Amino acid sequence: MITAAVAEQETYLNAGHGIKSWLLTKDHKRIGLLYLFTVTFFFFIGGIFATLIRVELLSPNGNLVSSETYNKLFTMHGVVMVFFFLLPSIPATLGNFVLPLMIGARDLAFPRINLLSWYLLVVGGLFAIFAMVAGGVDTGWTFYTPYSTSYSNTWVIATALGIFIAGFSSILTGLNFIVTVHRMRCPGMTWFRMPLFVWAHYATALIQVLGTPVLAVTLVLVLCERLFHIGIFDPALGGDPVLFQHLFWFYSHPAVYIMILPAMGVISELISTFSRKAIFGYGFVAFSSVAIAVLGFLVWGHHLFVSGQSFFAGMVFSFLSYFVAIPSAIKVFNWTATLYKGSISYATPMLYAFGFIGLFTIGGLTGLFVAALGIDVHVTDTYFVVAHFHYIMVGGAIMGYLGGLHFWWPKMTGRMYPEGWAKISALVIFLGFNLTFFPQFILGYLGMPRRYHVYPNEFQVLHVLSTAGASVLAVGYMMPLVYFIWSLKYGAIAGRNPWRATGLEWQTESPPPVHNFDVIPVVTHDAYDYSTVIGEEVHVG
Amino acid sequence: MVSEPHVETLALREQFNTPEQQKDASGLGMWVFLITEVMFFGGMFAAYTVYRSIYPGVFGTASRTLNTTIGALNTAVLLCSSFTMVLAVRAGQLGRRKQIMVFLILTLILGLMFLGVKGYEWNEKFVEHHIPGPTFHMDGPGLQNHAQLFFSLYFAMTGLHALHMIVGAGLLSWLLFETYQGKFSAAYYTPIDMIGLYWHFVDIIWIFLFPLLYLIDRHGG
Repeated sequence: MITAAVAEQETYLNAGHGIKSWLLTKDHKRIGLLYLFTVTFFFFIGGIFATLIRVELLSPNGNLVSSETYNKLFTMHGVVMVFFFLLPSIPATLGNFVLPLMIGARDLAFPRINLLSWYLLVVGGLFAIFAMVAGGVDTGWTFYTPYSTSYSNTWVIATALGIFIAGFSSILTGLNFIVTVHRMRCPGMTWFRMPLFVWAHYATALIQVLGTPVLAVTLVLVLCERLFHIGIFDPALGGDPVLFQHLFWFYSHPAVYIMILPAMGVISELISTFSRKAIFGYGFVAFSSVAIAVLGFLVWGHHLFVSGQSFFAGMVFSFLSYFVAIPSAIKVFNWTATLYKGSISYATPMLYAFGFIGLFTIGGLTGLFVAALGIDVHVTDTYFVVAHFHYIMVGGAIMGYLGGLHFWWPKMTGRMYPEGWAKISALVIFLGFNLTFFPQFILGYLGMPRRYHVYPNEFQVLHVLSTAGASVLAVGYMMPLVYFIWSLKYGAIAGRNPWRATGLEWQTESPPPVHNFDVIPVVTHDAYDYSTVIGEEVHVG
Repeated sequence: MVSEPHVETLALREQFNTPEQQKDASGLGMWVFLITEVMFFGGMFAAYTVYRSIYPGVFGTASRTLNTTIGALNTAVLLCSSFTMVLAVRAGQLGRRKQIMVFLILTLILGLMFLGVKGYEWNEKFVEHHIPGPTFHMDGPGLQNHAQLFFSLYFAMTGLHALHMIVGAGLLSWLLFETYQGKFSAAYYTPIDMIGLYWHFVDIIWIFLFPLLYLIDRHGG
């Protein structure tokens, strides 16, 4: 026993063996990895639908798939990517793995609920997969009534049930994070010493807890309406389809911040670590996360500018939407200010952070275009909107996710990924992304509507460019999949703190032991105090 | 300082340092969960508010078909069950196993009584053809269509409430079993406390449902 312990240190990865030790684990780190496998699987499923969409759009005549099939493709792309990849991506994988480590806790407050939330995502995902295999769903990921309740002849119920169940996964993750941040911080870890990643996840958790139940009850009403034709959203019985849109966007607009806030938390860590400076204006960046979470609940009506909402409501929602730009801009400016006179190194995670700042800024500024009543009427339901939210969700959230994955990969696995390949893939992803989505801004402004697969010939050049970009992007996304798996066996041994970063997660072994810390740490410094890690340099080499 | 080996018990699971920390965490977690429940029911209350403001007359007429006496009786039953639940929690604090069981059984009986009365009321609606759908029938201007909205919401809201009651009854039965097995003491009775909070929450939802569905327009029409 003793010799075995000397030969191989016990980590969370070798503490138990066999499939059961994974499927019944209560360890937040193992659950984080379970989520990693799950969301990666759904990412590539969603990617397949995206590929089919882009291939179809190569020609203006719509000769690859029928219109019905095309409707199903973009619906299932949206459903899978939003509900089964983006929403759980950063919080449930990276957040699960590093949040307890960052605040010096042995685990989340409720480990069994944490495992339950993974099972809920899997069961919800199985419902969605069943719906896809059985024949798909064609309502768009937004399930607008009365089409979804009265007219669509596809698998609406199975898909909506899947989303309903996965929603509880999101709620429970948020609940766990809130309680963990309140009650599990180690001695000395005050609120204003917490890494900004934790602040971002706290703000995210507030949205998950307050918003997701409203989506759940909305889906319940849609299911009742579809099953029993009881008229809640049916105009024939006096029901109001716009009420559905209000309820749906009350969740689904804040949901955008469930996707982007955790990415912003990742970027704060990356910018600080790779410029070796404390984040400029820590308090502002921390509170801007909370401000985004709060303001996010007041702007849903900007999705209803052309839905018959009153003109005055439209003005108020337009005005409030502009307010979200303030905390977002605070973050971007503060990250930039952090770089000033920093000792910047261009490791892969930092490349993703730079990519994020640029793409998020474009996505955010075009958000102001669509928040303006007049311009929005012109670009509603065009590719301009599609490009805008892909800049936020793909250019923002996925860049943040990949940056974070590279950053914490050594901590999760104990191995470094191959830096050269990783830099190339970051560059390929950045170029592929812009080539895919920038032409869509132009397409949309010229009037190309979303969700159509037959279009006028003059749009073809831009569509071909976009599809070419998507191919580049696909290559970029395949590369990390390959070299991450390769690194599990052949990557260089990482050591505790390969980035000489300040977070508590870097003070324990890589990979960490089951209970995270042999001795619960005591924090005596603010976050991002690089004077505390100078001694580490010697060990890392 | 090397920490002592952490012995896991019900009152101190391995992720916590002290039983107080664990109790605090459970309490906060339950309150956060109840907030999600408020938002969940909130969506329905919002829908109710919108439709009642669009069709105030129809909602008044439809509301008057509900039996206020039975509704009030059921409200009283539920309030009593909250009282016995409080007594069960108090018995938990004092670690009196027999008392906990008595009060849990009383709470359970009152909860089931509520569900029974609710079932009777729903059956009445069925007999009167007030179930939304093809068999729905109500005479009067605009009632055939718009009163269905009222009854759709009535069944959705009271149905979800009843579902929460059924879950609550299940939780009470589990508590009863655990108490019987001697799991709880004055040092550890958190589950009784938490399920108590849940039970009171379900109660409060009914306190809002009763006036909104039964009492909005008693003297109108």
